[in-house]
Amino acid sequence: MKIRLFTSLFAGLLVSNAVLSAEPAVPVKLPDFKEGQYVHQAPTVEDLMNSDKIHPELKKVILRGRDMFMNTQQFRGEYVFNDMNCKSCHMGEGRRNWSAPVWPAATTLPDFRGKNQHVNSLEERIAGCFSFSMNGTPPAYGSDDMLAMVAYHKWLATGAPMYEKNIGGRGFSHLGKEKPELDYNRGKAVYTENCAICHGDNGQGQHKDGEVVFPPLWGDASYNWGAGMTRVFTAASFIKNNMPLGKPGSLTDDEAWQVANYINSQERPQDPRYTGDVKETREKYLNFHKHTNYGTVVNGKLLGDHENTGSKPFLKPDALRPRTFD
Amino acid sequence: MKRQFSRLLIAGCTALLLTPTSQAQGNPEQGASLVTRGDGSGAPCMACHGPDGGGNAAAGFPRLAGLDADYLAKQMQDYNAGRRVNAVMQPNVDNFSDQQLRDIAAYYSELPIPMSSSSSNAGDKALAMGQKLAESGDWDNNIPPCSTCHGPGNRGVGNAFPALAGQHPSYIKQQLEAWRSGQRTNDPNQLMTAVAERLSPEQIDAVAAYLGSLSASTR
Repeated sequence: MKIRLFTSLFAGLLVSNAVLSAEPAVPVKLPDFKEGQYVHQAPTVEDLMNSDKIHPELKKVILRGRDMFMNTQQFRGEYVFNDMNCKSCHMGEGRRNWSAPVWPAATTLPDFRGKNQHVNSLEERIAGCFSFSMNGTPPAYGSDDMLAMVAYHKWLATGAPMYEKNIGGRGFSHLGKEKPELDYNRGKAVYTENCAICHGDNGQGQHKDGEVVFPPLWGDASYNWGAGMTRVFTAASFIKNNMPLGKPGSLTDDEAWQVANYINSQERPQDPRYTGDVKETREKYLNFHKHTNYGTVVNGKLLGDHENTGSKPFLKPDALRPRTFD
Repeated sequence: MKRQFSRLLIAGCTALLLTPTSQAQGNPEQGASLVTRGDGSGAPCMACHGPDGGGNAAAGFPRLAGLDADYLAKQMQDYNAGRRVNAVMQPNVDNFSDQQLRDIAAYYSELPIPMSSSSSNAGDKALAMGQKLAESGDWDNNIPPCSTCHGPGNRGVGNAFPALAGQHPSYIKQQLEAWRSGQRTNDPNQLMTAVAERLSPEQIDAVAAYLGSLSASTR
């Protein structure tokens, strides 16, 4: 106690967190970057405002994209049909390492994507998020809204090398793709102890004054069965490095896996790629669904065996279409 | 026994009369008389927290009016159980029963929010820093925005994330420092400890001033 007090007094004099972080009560435990990796420092909105190299018109477009990213719910019923914002998964304005920073999409695309088996543009990648994670439909390709989203991504990538793929803190996969032995009830216990206070006993999230505060983790207002987050490994890595909020790395790897499995063993809106038969859909997209519980039986119930698209009045957005150069 | 029955009856009637809220167990009318009387061994609540529940900015006594009843009840229960330590509060609530604490909490939660009297002398620069912390956070230092948990306008969410908007900056600062130093530890899952201990003293001043300057109600 005495040492703590002294430390905080000392820190007070130095106006520094570095001294305090010598022995924090809740240490931040993020993975180390590997040798040879490119580690990006994305610009901040202050950098944008202070820059005299960016045309004022472009600043407006970037800020528009940022506003769409932070408050995607302004497009509820237009582009978004669930309770998510872009920032719900891409924390820290899409800048944050280990929180699927979005700028790599601007430096690594166009490229072939396994998920849809063709070469994707940055716009198509953004469209994927709207179609699956937001259970919606993207702004039209080439539209003002899409341009704003693209501008925000590209500005965040300022200074990053093109087509450098060895990126530190990218995506949600640092725990690897090999699942440990998973147990529904163990996951439920982790959920009850660590997650329910914000996301609710039934994963329903919490709202205040008509706004989403804590997003629902399953059910009609959550991401659909085609979202990357339904992959247990993706959710496990997201949770490990970002949840509970403000406590990155506080759960053990196993706790993160178990709770990711528990959350992704609950029902959610149908995969937009649904063929009319869940087992057939699982089989058709097995390179994706081998990592999900979709089309498998959990607690005696076949997951995804329904035609429920949540509040979205259609199954598949037109923007999701194959592309070939044959 | 008879008394318990009549109390139940009153509680039942009150619950019927009031719009359903989470603090159905607390009786605000009982609470109204308790806050003027106190627990018998200390000062009555209203002596420090004001007749309108508005608190006292100069002394750092928080506004209680309009705060969530379950949150308020938990804080008083925590004082009595030693989970939250405060030399002034403890002796003033230790003779209240659990039911009385819930009555008091129900009373304060239903009081109209008084006009904020906590204008601070913080400058524009501090307020801007506070606004950034409250709404955008300081992610490079692992500090999420206050509003991610305390909700739109930082007006509070549910029974675990109290309203901060319009609270006295003196109280917000004092509490952030208490978490930071390890003096206060009754936050669920150390969610507040984690954030508070990463804040610099300058950030604490700024965010307390900004939150205090916000309107406590949506109107």
